[in-house]
Amino acid sequence: MEALISILIGILTAGGVYLCLRSHTFPVVLGLTLLSYAVNLFLFMMGRLVIGKPPIISDQASTYADPLPQALVLTAIVISFAMTAYIIVLALKARTEMGNDHVDGKEVR
Amino acid sequence: MSHLAIIPLLLPLFTGIFLLLLREQRIYVKRTISGISSLALIAVAAKLLCTVSDGTITVYALSDWPAPFGIVLMADRLAALLVLTTSLLALFALIYAMGGTDRQGRQFHILFQLQLFGLNGAFLTGDLFNLFVFFEVLLLASYSLLLHGGGRKRVRSGLHFVVINVVGSSLFLFAAGTLYGVLGTLNMADLAVKVANVSPENIGLVKTAGLLLFVVFALKAALLPLYLWLPSAYSQTSAPAAALFAIMTKVGAYSILRVYTLIFGNEAGPLANLLDGWLLPMALTTIIIGSFGLLGSIRLRQQVAYLVVISAGTLLTSFSLNSVAGIAAGLYYLPHTTFATAALFLLADLIIKRREQMEDRLEAGFVITQQKLLGAIFFALAILASGLPPLSGFLGKFMVLRAALEHPAVPYIMLIVLTNGLLTVIAMARSGSLFFYEAHAVDRSTNTYTKQGPAEPLRVRELLPILSLLGLCIVMTFWAGPINNFSLEAASQLLDTPAYINAVLGQGAQ
Repeated sequence: MEALISILIGILTAGGVYLCLRSHTFPVVLGLTLLSYAVNLFLFMMGRLVIGKPPIISDQASTYADPLPQALVLTAIVISFAMTAYIIVLALKARTEMGNDHVDGKEVR
Repeated sequence: MSHLAIIPLLLPLFTGIFLLLLREQRIYVKRTISGISSLALIAVAAKLLCTVSDGTITVYALSDWPAPFGIVLMADRLAALLVLTTSLLALFALIYAMGGTDRQGRQFHILFQLQLFGLNGAFLTGDLFNLFVFFEVLLLASYSLLLHGGGRKRVRSGLHFVVINVVGSSLFLFAAGTLYGVLGTLNMADLAVKVANVSPENIGLVKTAGLLLFVVFALKAALLPLYLWLPSAYSQTSAPAAALFAIMTKVGAYSILRVYTLIFGNEAGPLANLLDGWLLPMALTTIIIGSFGLLGSIRLRQQVAYLVVISAGTLLTSFSLNSVAGIAAGLYYLPHTTFATAALFLLADLIIKRREQMEDRLEAGFVITQQKLLGAIFFALAILASGLPPLSGFLGKFMVLRAALEHPAVPYIMLIVLTNGLLTVIAMARSGSLFFYEAHAVDRSTNTYTKQGPAEPLRVRELLPILSLLGLCIVMTFWAGPINNFSLEAASQLLDTPAYINAVLGQGAQ
């Protein structure tokens, strides 16, 4: 399970980095989204994978799931959501202002 | 428990939210509220500075949850100094914006206050994840302030600025996640304890996270090779926003100083002084490249943006000396360079208004109205920026160089900082003479000889902030002794990490 998720995070990050380096705004936005997915999964994993354990102290439980990464990842998700929305609007504005969707505003030949 | 440490956060936050409710109101209502809030912020920051100036470290545990379980804010001399610098700068940028910039969009005052919230939060937090959150708050506000007023060039440089900072934020989260995964905490004082006792098999991971954090902070501080976003973003945005952004690179420098003295500092065991060998060469090359950019600039605002890059380089050079004298020199230099570059951004805007389509291009053009006054201010600011005597720029650079005497790399530091001073003098002298002496030439667009530029009335709202920022630098010159004593104390407090850890975690936490 750990190996599978690590590979998944790796693939997401690699895809994100590749797309961020593209020359048009739409792939860049997608790349940033993939990067934020990767980082959210990564943060989530940092509390270790635990199944069926309570996050709150109780008498019956012997081991616990770490609740803090869940709180962290929630914050990170909200922030990355806002950022993505902002970048999409900005990319649209850049498209209308500059007449094309190249990141530098130049038409590629 | 005193609530003083959280007021610099709550005041701009609530003002921002309140202004959001008043969006439909007339502009002078918003201006009054925003202005009063900024004045109050200065008072609070000054009070905070007085409270911590005797060496106490004010720790504020939110909801009274004890560290390391709850989130803490903490104010020591360094944090209070930076909050005061921010609030002073903010007031003058705000007054300048009241000259008309704030009419270009309805949200200006809201965004301005939220930016202050983010800045103060970043300086006062004692928690690594909260540092990330405040970075995001100040960045989100700055993205919108950067684009305030709109325009093709602003959108283009804004897009680059946003994308690179979002990538930076992802790296920050990767680093914070790794640190949490290995050490199980994100409280900075607790991290310092845990890093010092890290088990040998985890050293590599913690080191990776530490250096990844450095990449993020270097990006914010505009250190080579991650400074490329700065010149275009800062030179295209509106003048008050650019003036306020003069403190933004200092957030990166502050974070580097805080994290690499506290968590990866002298006491960090196997990971002590993680940045040794990295920071100084990078800071010095930043100065070199910044000087070239300064000489190669074709616009005044671009030149000032490169001055910001150079000041980041100089600041981190002094921090990288890792001695009390070095850090203290940097802490004297920091407010000075912030005020000086901010005033130059504002002055550039006044010059643009008086040159019509010539804008701030470094070409001979119109005779600027009120040439003598603006020329005199430019001269004084150029002296400040290039570090010539007798003003605070000279004192700041002198302190940096004197602190560097004990460092093995002193020949390189001397050579680069002094050569940079000379190149800055040349570049500023060239711009000044083009704007104020050779102003008589052809108006290229109509091919007619026009000697006089457009007559612009000189408004108090525009002149006052520039003169006040200049005045602050002059005050810093006269009070150099007390300020230097304070920054020496702040530096020794910063390097005394056990005291910090005890203040946050309670006695005997180590």
